[in-house]
Amino acid sequence: MSDTIAVARAVSWRVLHKFFTDPTFLLPSIAFPLFFFTAFVGGLSGISKVPGFDFPAGYTAFQFVFVLLQSAAFAGVFTGFGIARDFESGFMRRLMLSAPNRSGILLGYTFSALVRWLTVAVIITVVAVLARMEVHGSGVDLVGLYTLALLLNVAGTLWATGVAMRLRTQQAAPVMQMPVFLILFFAPVYVPLDLLKGWIHGVASVNPVTALMEAGRGLISGQPELTLAAFAIALGLILGFSIWALRGLRSAEAAG
Amino acid sequence: MKGGPLLQMSTLGRRAVIRTARQPANVIFPLIFPMLLLAVNAGGLKAATSLPGFPTNSFLAFALAVPFVQGALLATINANVEFARDVQTGFLNRLALTPVRGIVLLLGQLGGLLTIALVQAGFYLAVGLAFGVRLASGVAGALVLIVLETVIVLGFAGLGSWAALRTGSTEAVQGLFPVFFVFLFLSSMNMPRNLIEADWFRWVATVNPVSYLIEAVRSLVIEGWNWEAIGLGFAAGGALAVVGFALAAHALIRRLERT
Amino acid sequence: MEPPRDNSIEAHELVREFKKGPRAVDGIDLRVEPGEIYGFLGPNGAGKSTTVHMLTTLLPPTAGTARVAGYDVVKEGPKVRKVIGAALQEAALDPYLTGREHLRLQMAMHGITGEERQRRSDELLMRVGLTEAADRKVKGYSGGMKRRLDLALALVHRPRILFLDEPTTGLDIQSRTALWVEVGRLAKEEGVTVFLTTQYLEEADVLADRVGIIDHGRIVAEGTPEQLKAEIACSTVEAVPADPDEHGAVAAVLERFGEPTTGFRPGSIAVQLASSNGDLAEIVRTLDAEGVRISHLQIHDPTLDDVFLAKTGRHLEGAGEQEGDQEADEVRESARA
Repeated sequence: MSDTIAVARAVSWRVLHKFFTDPTFLLPSIAFPLFFFTAFVGGLSGISKVPGFDFPAGYTAFQFVFVLLQSAAFAGVFTGFGIARDFESGFMRRLMLSAPNRSGILLGYTFSALVRWLTVAVIITVVAVLARMEVHGSGVDLVGLYTLALLLNVAGTLWATGVAMRLRTQQAAPVMQMPVFLILFFAPVYVPLDLLKGWIHGVASVNPVTALMEAGRGLISGQPELTLAAFAIALGLILGFSIWALRGLRSAEAAG
Repeated sequence: MKGGPLLQMSTLGRRAVIRTARQPANVIFPLIFPMLLLAVNAGGLKAATSLPGFPTNSFLAFALAVPFVQGALLATINANVEFARDVQTGFLNRLALTPVRGIVLLLGQLGGLLTIALVQAGFYLAVGLAFGVRLASGVAGALVLIVLETVIVLGFAGLGSWAALRTGSTEAVQGLFPVFFVFLFLSSMNMPRNLIEADWFRWVATVNPVSYLIEAVRSLVIEGWNWEAIGLGFAAGGALAVVGFALAAHALIRRLERT
Repeated sequence: MEPPRDNSIEAHELVREFKKGPRAVDGIDLRVEPGEIYGFLGPNGAGKSTTVHMLTTLLPPTAGTARVAGYDVVKEGPKVRKVIGAALQEAALDPYLTGREHLRLQMAMHGITGEERQRRSDELLMRVGLTEAADRKVKGYSGGMKRRLDLALALVHRPRILFLDEPTTGLDIQSRTALWVEVGRLAKEEGVTVFLTTQYLEEADVLADRVGIIDHGRIVAEGTPEQLKAEIACSTVEAVPADPDEHGAVAAVLERFGEPTTGFRPGSIAVQLASSNGDLAEIVRTLDAEGVRISHLQIHDPTLDDVFLAKTGRHLEGAGEQEGDQEADEVRESARA
């Protein structure tokens, strides 16, 4: 166990050191979620006037939940990019050779993705507060919201890690990114689920991220709904992607 | 010399097209990604059509303009990443050692990019038509749309070439993608300008030339012949092209530096 | 197109300064006769590539003049480019094009079309041994194949003057030899003037009619390889003691006959003799008199490295590894500025 922790600590130190000291990593991670937040709140707030759009906390809070979840998922994907880069540069081989317990490598990347996202989450939250976002939920509700996002971050990291471990090349970036992008956007991004019409309503209804989004919005508006289901789904995603990532690690080991 | 500038230009353009065609990611992504975004937005923002003053009942028709601009951006980035790679690897020096003139080099590069972008535009139009969108301006409007798309591509191409020649770095050109992306999103991409509630956003969209590019294409799709919108689109694209090419030509002179 | 005035290359007090660094080329005078293979030999960072860039009109000189094929490189750049071919330090190929497509592109730039293009492509591909690989993407070519394609591209328009900037760096012996054969043939059978930069002694020795040795932007020696070596006229004696503990004793004896030098096998002692071979017998007698046993004794004829050492106090190989990177960076930075 102590070996695993030691490896995890070393791996996460390296990733986080690079993240915090290299603007080319830090700035896009912060800029993109802020940009989406600004563009959607600024450009689409008029849509809250659509009949049936009944969200008491206002459109800023409505979009904040999406951006929080999106930043969480993508922090995981960006960590996956880093893993792929490490494979291509040969650094992963060094890690595999020196780590007594290689699961520690996975743990290290997962932890660093978490810290990356928490940094971004704090900044987005500050900006949202400055933009006078209304928060109708209680402290417990907010803890629930951020915990949901945290779980999504872990799931996203494990997904991307599994892909990176299997493909072991930076060309895998679209494979990591596209499904996450699609699953986020085939959810009620702009309007609540019951205002979606046609095929997208059908897709969003079965999309697991929809539950997370609706639950998150319920928490921030002080009207929790689907919370248990959302947590169950998030934990289920983590379980499934943990197996995916571990098997990916074994595949990378077998490839040498 | 037989052939001359025309032969040089066409050969360089041919190379640009071949090079793109042989990198599947550069073909598939610019075709698929804008369509995915269109599908997502058309589905997710359909409710917006019930807002008073929304110009059409079909959000798909409203949003179809966006891929034309987005596709032009993606094609520009891809082509100019390759152009920057030519600088990095010394391939540009190889061309500089031949009798080819700098302007021919630039135009050849542009010809390839234009070919790719127009193929993409044809694809977007076909998809739109396949999903029930009908151009309010008819067949003539489709032809004007192709010309407008050409101007839009020229607008971005000049700036992209400037970045490639000025920096000689593929990373720097790739770094333009988020910048262009920002311009795309801070426009009337998803909502008509008069229905944007946030004053600051409406102001940004008004001063953003990309809004006029989108609105010009959109007007051909949903309105018919709105000459003001069409004129502003051509003007915005033309202005971008003039500025972009002036910068690119200057950067090319400095980059080639040959006597 | 008017025929070139002649096939010579001339430079007079050629200088190139970069913004932040010292002078990369610091007053070069040279003349390459028509049909000659001129070897420009020097360590990394000596100014070889910068000189080539100026002579091929890619970089304007800061001062001085140069004429290639009788045309001024500054005032008549386009005319120079019409009559020269160049294979620069980077092979600079497009990985997504085939060999044949590269030739097509290059020929289009020179206005060669139709049947002539086809004929010339086939001829060049055969000449450089790439006929079978012609329709494969360059991405799959080996280093040697890329260099051969590079040479073919430099020859499409039948230039009278050919610039080769370190053409065999990184190649295996077979590929290198094949390239030498082709370059030699071009000069001897077709009368092409070749300006070849290299950091390999053997390449300059074997291929070049005349050699100019450059260091820190200046030519420090010039002549045929034989002339340059004769100037030094000093052989090197290398000895390996039979008992490694006698290393010092052997060194003490040898140092009476010349200056210690390095670059030979590990454990050996080498000195550059102060005068001619006659000392070898004296060396053997002295070693014998001192009771020192030798397992190996060899005399080496002077090399171009010895010439470089005599002129600069340093060996050629390893002399400019860091400076080489700096020169390459400066050429790139200048192009970017």
